[in-house]
Amino acid sequence: MNDKVTLMKGNEALAMAAIRYGADGYFGYPITPQSEVLEKLEEEMPWETTGMVVLQAESEVAAINMVYAGASCGKAVMTSTSSPGFSLMQEGMSYMAASEVPALVINVMRGGPGLGTIHPSQADYFQACKGGGHGDYRMIVLAPASVQEMADFVGLGWDLAFKYRCVSMILADGLIGQMMEKVVLPEQRPRRTQEEVEKQCPWAVTGRTGMRPKNIITSLELDDDIMEANNLRFQATYRLIEANEVRCETVDTDGCDYLIVAFGSMARIAMKTMELAAQEGIKIGLLRPITLWPFPSKEVAQAAAGVKGILVPELSAGQMIEDVKLAVDCKVPVKHFGRMGGNVPTPEEVLEALKKELINA
Amino acid sequence: MNNNDIIRPENLVYKKPSLLNDAHMHYCPGCSHGVVHKLVAEVIEEMGMAEKAIGVSPVGCAVFAYNYIDIDWLEAAHGRATAMATATKRLMPDKLVFTYQGDGDFAAIGTCESIHSCNRGENIAIIFINNAIYGMTGGQMAPTTLLGQKTATCPYGRRPDLNGYPLSITPLLAQLDGTCYVTRQSVHKPASVRKAKAAIRKAFENSMQGKGTSVVEIVSTCNTGWKLSPEKANQWMEENMFAKYPLGDLKDVESKG
Repeated sequence: MNDKVTLMKGNEALAMAAIRYGADGYFGYPITPQSEVLEKLEEEMPWETTGMVVLQAESEVAAINMVYAGASCGKAVMTSTSSPGFSLMQEGMSYMAASEVPALVINVMRGGPGLGTIHPSQADYFQACKGGGHGDYRMIVLAPASVQEMADFVGLGWDLAFKYRCVSMILADGLIGQMMEKVVLPEQRPRRTQEEVEKQCPWAVTGRTGMRPKNIITSLELDDDIMEANNLRFQATYRLIEANEVRCETVDTDGCDYLIVAFGSMARIAMKTMELAAQEGIKIGLLRPITLWPFPSKEVAQAAAGVKGILVPELSAGQMIEDVKLAVDCKVPVKHFGRMGGNVPTPEEVLEALKKELINA
Repeated sequence: MNNNDIIRPENLVYKKPSLLNDAHMHYCPGCSHGVVHKLVAEVIEEMGMAEKAIGVSPVGCAVFAYNYIDIDWLEAAHGRATAMATATKRLMPDKLVFTYQGDGDFAAIGTCESIHSCNRGENIAIIFINNAIYGMTGGQMAPTTLLGQKTATCPYGRRPDLNGYPLSITPLLAQLDGTCYVTRQSVHKPASVRKAKAAIRKAFENSMQGKGTSVVEIVSTCNTGWKLSPEKANQWMEENMFAKYPLGDLKDVESKG
C-alpha cells in the first residue's frame, strides 16, 4: 500500500490540496455541506507554514470580493461555498471575468431553489456553465467524481485560471464533498515569492515596483467601442479554451447500445448501473464530462454514433441534458432521469429509468 | 515685471504633487473630491510610498480616482472596497492599502463590509467622502442625506417616516475595538485642508504601523447635487452638515496592546 494514501472527506481534500499547491489565500463563509474546507484550513494553520492567508469573511459577498482583490494582485486565491452562497457570489464572478483575473471558486452543490436542502444536488449546472452573473462571460467548470479528483482539480483549476486569466470553478456536490475516500495528495509546492508573482503577472496590482507605469484592475469602461473590444477579447479567450481544454472520461462506449452521459456523483452511480445492466445483457457506455464548460460536445456526438438512445441522469430537473441534445443535434433520442430536493437515486433506479425511457418506450 | 520673471524655482512655494497626473478631472467645479485627491497624492509622495501604495476606488463619483492618482488601483464593485482592501493588505502586508469611498458606497450598500473590516481591525485606511447625496447617479438620497434635504428621490425633503434618518456611521465605527483612529474633517477652507491632510497622513501611517483601521470622514460639498454655487454650498455645509456631522477626532488610540 502506498504510504501516501490517506482517507479523507472531499471537502478536506480541497483544503489540503490548496495548501499543497502553494496557495496564497482562502476567503470563505461557512455553509453546509462544505464548511469542512474552512474548518480544515483553520485547523492546519497554513499561515504558520507556507504563509497562506485564511480568513472567515462576514459573508459570501465579502468573500468573493476578497478573492477578486487577491486575484487582481496576481495571487493564487480561492473560495468555496454551496449553492445559496454561490448565488450571492455571482456579482463577483462577473467582475472577475470582466477584469480577466485568475481565481478558483468551488461550489459544493446542495438542493435548491432557495434555502432548499443541505443534501446533494446538481441543479447549479446552468448557473455555473451558462453564466450566473450579468454579461457575456464563461468560466472553466471542472466536475470531480471522486475525492481524488477534488484534490487534483484544485491545482488543475488554478493552472488553467492563470493560463487563461479566467475564473476556474470546481462544481462538486454534497455527496462528493462529504464522502470519505482514499486520496493521494499532491507534493507540497512552495508559494511563489512576490518577485515571482510580479514576473508571472506583470498586469497585477502590487504597488508600482521600480516606479513602473501604474496597473489598474477595473471592470469599468464607458467607451462603447473599447468595451466591445474587451468583450471580443474575452470571447477569443473562451474560443481558445473550448479548443484546448475539453476533458471527459469514456467507459465502454465502443459498441454500446445505450449511452449514459452523467457528471460528478451521478457518474459514479451510473458506473454501478452499467454493471447491473451487463448482467442482464444490456450494453451501456458512459461518457463523463469532466469539464462542464467547455462541454465535450464532439466527444458526446462521437460516443453517440450508433447508439439507440442516451440517458442523462442528473440530480436536477434536467440541465446538462440541453447540452447533450445540442451535441447530438437531436439525432438520437435523449432522455432525462433525475431526482431533486437532495435525493440521490440508486443504480437500480437509473437502470429502471433507462429501460422505461429508451428500451421499452 | 511679467509672469515669467516671477515663476522661478526660488520663488515656488507650492506645486502639484507628482503623483497627481494631468488628466482632466470629471469632478464638478467646487467639488471636494479634487482637493482630497490632491491631499492623498501629496501624502503618498511625502511618505515615499509611491511604489507601495494601492488604492481601492469605489462606485460613485470617485470611481475614476484611478485615472488621476498615479499609483496602482483596484476598482471595487459597489460597496465592496474594504473587503478588497482587506484581502490586498493581508496578502501583501508591506503595502500601503487604502479605500476611497463615498457615502452611498461606504454607508449604504457597503455597510456590512465597512463595519466588519473596521471590526477586524484591518490595517487599512479608509477615506470616506460624505456629501449627503448620490452625485454620480444624479442627486438621489444618500444614507447621510439630512432631514428636510431635497434630492431626486426625496424631492419634497427627507422625511423620517418615509425615508428614515440620516446615518452618522463614523461614531459607530469609533466604538469598534478594531479601529485605532476615527476622525471627521472638511476641506472647505485652507485651515481645514491642512487638518484633513494631517489626518490622512496619520491614517496612512497607522496602517503601516499595524495599529488597526483608520477612518477619515471628509464632510464634503456636492454643489451640483445640492444645486448651489460652490460658495453657497460651503456655507450650507457649515450651517447644516456640521450640525449633524461635527468635525473633529472621534477616536485616537496612539498604541494598541
